[in-house]
Amino acid sequence: MRKAFARLRTTALTTAFVLATIPMISIAAPGIAMAEQVLHRGNGTEPETLDPHKSTGVTENVIENDLYEGLVTLSAEGKQVPGVAESWDISDDGTVYTFHLRQDAKWSNGDPLTAEDFVYSFRRAVDPDTAADYAPILIPIRNAEAIIAGEMPVDQLGVKAVDPHTFRMTLNGPTPFILGVLSHNISFPVHRATVEKFGNEWTRPGNAVTNGAFMMTDWVPQSQVTVVKNPHFHDAENVKLDKIVYYPTEDLAEELKRFRAGELHITYDIPSEQIKWAEENMADQFHNTPYFGTYYYVVNLTREPLGSSLKLRKALALAIDREILTDKVTQGGELPAYSWVPPGVEGYDQQEVDFAKMSQAERNALAKKLYAEAGYGPDNPLELELLYNTNENHRKIAIAVASMWKQTLGAQMTLTNKEWKVYLEDRDLKKHELARAAWIGDYVDPLNFLELFLSNAGERNDAGYNNPEFDRLLAEAAKPENVDKRMDILEQAEAVFLADMPLIPIYHYTTQHMISPDVQGWEFNVLDIHPGRYISLKSS
Amino acid sequence: MTDTAIPPGTAPTEEFAGRSLWADAWRRLMRNRAAMASIVILAAIALASIFAPWLSPHPYDEIYWDQIDAPPNFALGHYFGTDSNGRDLFVRTLYGGRMSLMVGLVATLVSLVIGVAYGATAGFIGGRVDAVMMRFVDVLYSLPFIFFVILLTVMFGRHLVLIFVAIGAISWLDMARIVRGQTISLKRKEFVEAAVAGGVSSFNILRRHIIPNTLGPVVVYVTLTVPQVILTESFISFLGLGVQEPNTSWGVLISEGARSMETTPWALIFPATFLAVTLFCFNFIGDGLRDALDPRDR
Amino acid sequence: MLRYAVKRMLGALPTLFLIITIAFFMMRLAPGGPFDKERNLPAQVEANLNKAYHLDEPLPQQYLRYVGNILQGDFGPSFQYKDFSVTELIWGGFPVSLRLGGLAILFAFGIGVALGTVAALNQNSLTDYLVMGTAMTGITIPNFVMAPLLTLVFGLYLSWLPVGGWGGGGIAHSVLPIVALCLPQVAAIARLTRGSMIEVLRSNFMRTARAKGLPERVTILRHGLKAAMLPVVSYLGPAVASIITGSVIIEQIFGIPGIGRYFVQAALNRDYTLVMGVTIFYGVLIILFNLLVDLLYGLLDPKVRYD
Repeated sequence: MRKAFARLRTTALTTAFVLATIPMISIAAPGIAMAEQVLHRGNGTEPETLDPHKSTGVTENVIENDLYEGLVTLSAEGKQVPGVAESWDISDDGTVYTFHLRQDAKWSNGDPLTAEDFVYSFRRAVDPDTAADYAPILIPIRNAEAIIAGEMPVDQLGVKAVDPHTFRMTLNGPTPFILGVLSHNISFPVHRATVEKFGNEWTRPGNAVTNGAFMMTDWVPQSQVTVVKNPHFHDAENVKLDKIVYYPTEDLAEELKRFRAGELHITYDIPSEQIKWAEENMADQFHNTPYFGTYYYVVNLTREPLGSSLKLRKALALAIDREILTDKVTQGGELPAYSWVPPGVEGYDQQEVDFAKMSQAERNALAKKLYAEAGYGPDNPLELELLYNTNENHRKIAIAVASMWKQTLGAQMTLTNKEWKVYLEDRDLKKHELARAAWIGDYVDPLNFLELFLSNAGERNDAGYNNPEFDRLLAEAAKPENVDKRMDILEQAEAVFLADMPLIPIYHYTTQHMISPDVQGWEFNVLDIHPGRYISLKSS
Repeated sequence: MTDTAIPPGTAPTEEFAGRSLWADAWRRLMRNRAAMASIVILAAIALASIFAPWLSPHPYDEIYWDQIDAPPNFALGHYFGTDSNGRDLFVRTLYGGRMSLMVGLVATLVSLVIGVAYGATAGFIGGRVDAVMMRFVDVLYSLPFIFFVILLTVMFGRHLVLIFVAIGAISWLDMARIVRGQTISLKRKEFVEAAVAGGVSSFNILRRHIIPNTLGPVVVYVTLTVPQVILTESFISFLGLGVQEPNTSWGVLISEGARSMETTPWALIFPATFLAVTLFCFNFIGDGLRDALDPRDR
Repeated sequence: MLRYAVKRMLGALPTLFLIITIAFFMMRLAPGGPFDKERNLPAQVEANLNKAYHLDEPLPQQYLRYVGNILQGDFGPSFQYKDFSVTELIWGGFPVSLRLGGLAILFAFGIGVALGTVAALNQNSLTDYLVMGTAMTGITIPNFVMAPLLTLVFGLYLSWLPVGGWGGGGIAHSVLPIVALCLPQVAAIARLTRGSMIEVLRSNFMRTARAKGLPERVTILRHGLKAAMLPVVSYLGPAVASIITGSVIIEQIFGIPGIGRYFVQAALNRDYTLVMGVTIFYGVLIILFNLLVDLLYGLLDPKVRYD
C-alpha cells in the first residue's frame, strides 16, 4: 500500500513537472511532443465484458473501439472509413463484398492479422455457443440466421478467406447498411490462439491480444481500465495519446465533481439536475449533441380502452406539450419528437405525425375533442396506469406528462414505478397499459427502429402492434429489386406506423459530456463514438 | 434492587407494583425538560403532517411550470421553495412526514414487541432453543433483502401495509440480539436466581425481572433503528414497494435533494432538518424514558 | 468454552445450508432474469444464452447443480461481469472493503466509547448534550448526504483530498470514505456506551468498588467499561460483518472497488451466481461474528455460561 501510494505521487509529480516544462520543450523542438499524454475518461459503469462479441453496452463499446478495429471503422465524425480493410469491391448485385486487408495489419503481439482471423471471428460471433446478444445484426450474411438458430454448422457462414489478405463476405441480398454493421463491435476480430488458450479469461491484461490503436495493460474491476498505445497499429504514428484510463463513474454527480477538480478530462454524462447549471457556469466545457435515439411511451394495443381507440391514443399524444417538457423538465436540449425514427439518417425524409405543425393550443383543442368523441369527459374520466422503471428522469417526465393529461383532458393517471427487471418483465408480458421506453440505434438506419414493430418481432414489439400493411412494406424494402427505392418504402412504412399511433414519441435523445478544453479532436457524431486514436491533449 | 425485596408470586403486590411503576415513571418523565420539549416538538411535527393541506395554499401535487427548482419565496407561499417538477416543497415535506413518522412508529413497535420478546426468550431459556432461535436470526440477516421486497410486490402488488411488513421484517433482528445478550448476563444475577429458586414462573420472571432490566439498551437501540428504517423506506420505494408518486416521504425527498445539493440546496436542507429534528426528539424522549423506567432508580 | 465453540461451528453448517437454499429460491422466484435488457433479445439468442448458463434446466436440477458446484469450491462465472468468476470478484474486492471498513470500525469504536463514557459521567449536563449532539450527526445525516458533502467540501472546494477514485488504494483516497463509514458507527456506539455506562455507574458493584476507595477513573475503566460493553458487543457482531463487506452508497460515490456494491447491483441485475456468492460470504461472516460475540460475553461477564 505504501509503495502504491508513493508511486502514485511520483506519477503525479512527474506529470506536473512535465506539464510545467512543455512550453520550453516546444520552443526547443517544435512539433515533437515529449510529454506522456494520458487521457482520463469517465465511463459510466463497470464494463460487463471486453469480449467484443459478447458485450452490449455503451461503456464496453467505448473501450472496445480503442482496443479493436473492424474491417470498416469510424472516422472522428462517425463516417465509415477503411479499417483493417484498405478497400473493398462490391459485386454488381450488391451481395458479395471483397475486402482487401492491409498488408501491415498486425495484432498487438506482432502476429500478422489475416483474412483467416476474420473468418474465425465472424463464425465465433454467430456461433450459438458464443450466445452473442448482437449476433442477429449479422443476419444479412448468408446462413447467419440458420447458424444462430443452431440449424446449420458455423462453417456454412457466408465468409471466406480468399488469400491471407483478401476476405470475402456473401450476403443474402443487397444490404446498404452492412458497412455500418461491420464497424460495430460484433464485427471486431478476436485473436484465435488467445481465445482458445484462455477461455473466459482471454480479455484480461496480460492475456488479451487485440488489434486496435491501444492495448490493455491493467483492469481493476470497479476501479479502472488502462490501455496504452499499440505500437503495431497500422496508423500508430498518428495516435497522439500514450495512455487512456477509463473510470467507472456510476454516480454522475460525483463524476462531475471529479471533472471540476481536474481528475477527469471527459465525463460519461451529466446528471440531469445539473445540466442547466453546467450549461450556465461551464459553457465552454459543456457539450450537448443529438443522439440517435427516441424516448417514448408505448401503448399496449392488446389492452382496452387504448387498444381499439385511435382517438384516445391520439388525444394523449396531442396533449403532451413536448416543448415545455424538454425545456423545463429534462433540460438537456432534447429535441421534441414527432416521429419514431430520429433525425440524422442520410437519404431518409423525416416522417412526422400529422399534428407536428400545429401549435400546442390547437393540439390541446383537438385532444379535448377526440377525448370527448372517444366517450370520456369530466363525469367519466379516463383512468390509466403509467409504468416506468425507477429512475429520476423517468419519474420527472411521468409526473409532468400525467399532470398535462390531467389538466388538458381530465384523465386520472396512476404512476407506477418498478424495479428495472420487474418493469422489463411486465412490459415483455404486456401487463402494462402505457409504459415508458427508449430505443437507441446501433447503426444509422431506419430499419433498426422500424423492425421492432414487425408483427412477428415477439417481445421486442412491446406495443403488440400488428399491421399487415406495415409488415408488407418492410418486406418490400428488403427486396433486392427495390434497393434504390428502399428509403422511400421505409418512409411509407413509418408514415403508416405513425398514423396508427402505437406509441407516443416524446423526445429524441441528446448526449451530454463535459470535455476539458485540453481535449482536441473530439468531433460531433450522431452515434456518439469518439475513438481515442483521434483525440489528443493540448498542453496547457 | 427493590424487586428482589417483593415476595414473589403474590398477585395483589404485583398489581400494586405495576401501577406504581408506570405512575412513577410518568412523574419522572415529566421532570425531564429535554424529553418534554421533544414530545411537544414531535407532536407539532406530527400534527403539521396530518393537517398539512390546511397549512399551505398549495396542493402537494400541483405543478407550477414557471416555478421549477425555485428557491424559497414567501410572497408566493413557497416557504421551502419548489422541487424539480415545480411542486411546493413546504407542503411536500409535511406530507412526507406522514409516511416517515408512520414507518418510524411501526419499526419501533415491531422492534420493541418482537425483538424484545424474542431476544429475552432465547436468552432466558438458553441451550438448544436459544441456538435454534438465534440461528434463525442469522438466516434472516443473511438473506438478500432486495428479493424479499421484490417478491412482496410481485405477490401482493403495491399496498401501504406491505411497506410495514418489509420494514418490520428487518427492524427487530438487532434488537433481538441485544436483548438476548443482556438476558444471558442477567439470568445469572442474584435477583433472578432468587426468583427462579422462589418458584416464579418463567413468564413472570421475564416480564418482571429480565425485560425491565434490559430497557436501557433497548430504548437506546430503538432510537438507532428509527433513522435506519426511515431511510430504508426510500430504498423500498426505489424497488417499487414504498410510496408512489405523487406521494412522498422524507427519505425520498432527502435522496432527491442530495442529488442537487449544490444547485438547489433547499430541496435537501428542509426535509433533512425535519428528519434531524425528529431523530433528536426520539433520542431525548428515549433517554428520558430510560431514566424514568430504570428499576434501579426507584 | 472450546466445546461450545466447536458445537457452534458444526451448527453453522445447517444454518448456511438453509441460507443457500432459501436465497436460491427467493432469487429465482423474482421476476426478470440476467439477460433481460431494455432491448429484448431475439428468442433464439436468449435460448442460446440460457443453454450456455444452464438456465434452461428445471429449477430443482439447477439448484442441485449449484450446490454440487459450490461443494467443489466453484461459485461459477458472474452473469453480469462475464470475464470474471464470482470468486475472483469477491476476493478482488474484499481486501478493499475490509481495509476501509476495518479502519472505520476501529476508529468508531475508540471514539464512540470515549464519547459515550464522557457523556455518561456528565449525565444530563451541557457536556452530555454537546457530546451526544455531535455524535448524533452521524445518524441524523444519512450517508448518501454526508458522502457527497464531504467530497464537495474537502475534494472540490478545499482541494485537500481527491474527489473520488481509488488510485491503487492510497491514503489520500481512503480518508473521506473512512470518515463517511465511521460517522454513523460513532453515533451508534456512543449512544449504546452512554446508556449502559449510566446503568453500570448506578449498579451495586460500582458502589462497592467506590466504597472500597478505588479512585474514580480506575474504577470506571477497570470495572465499568468492561460491564458496559455488553450491549455494544451485541451490536458490533452483525455491524462488523456488514461494515467490512462494504457499502454500496460509499463505494459508488467515492468510486471504490469494494464488494459492497455487489450486494445491491447483483440483485438488481439478477446476476444469480454473484448474488449467491455474496450472500454465502456474508452469511459466513454473520455466523462467525455472532459466535465471536457469544464468546466475548463470557470474557466480559464471567457469570455467563452456555449449557
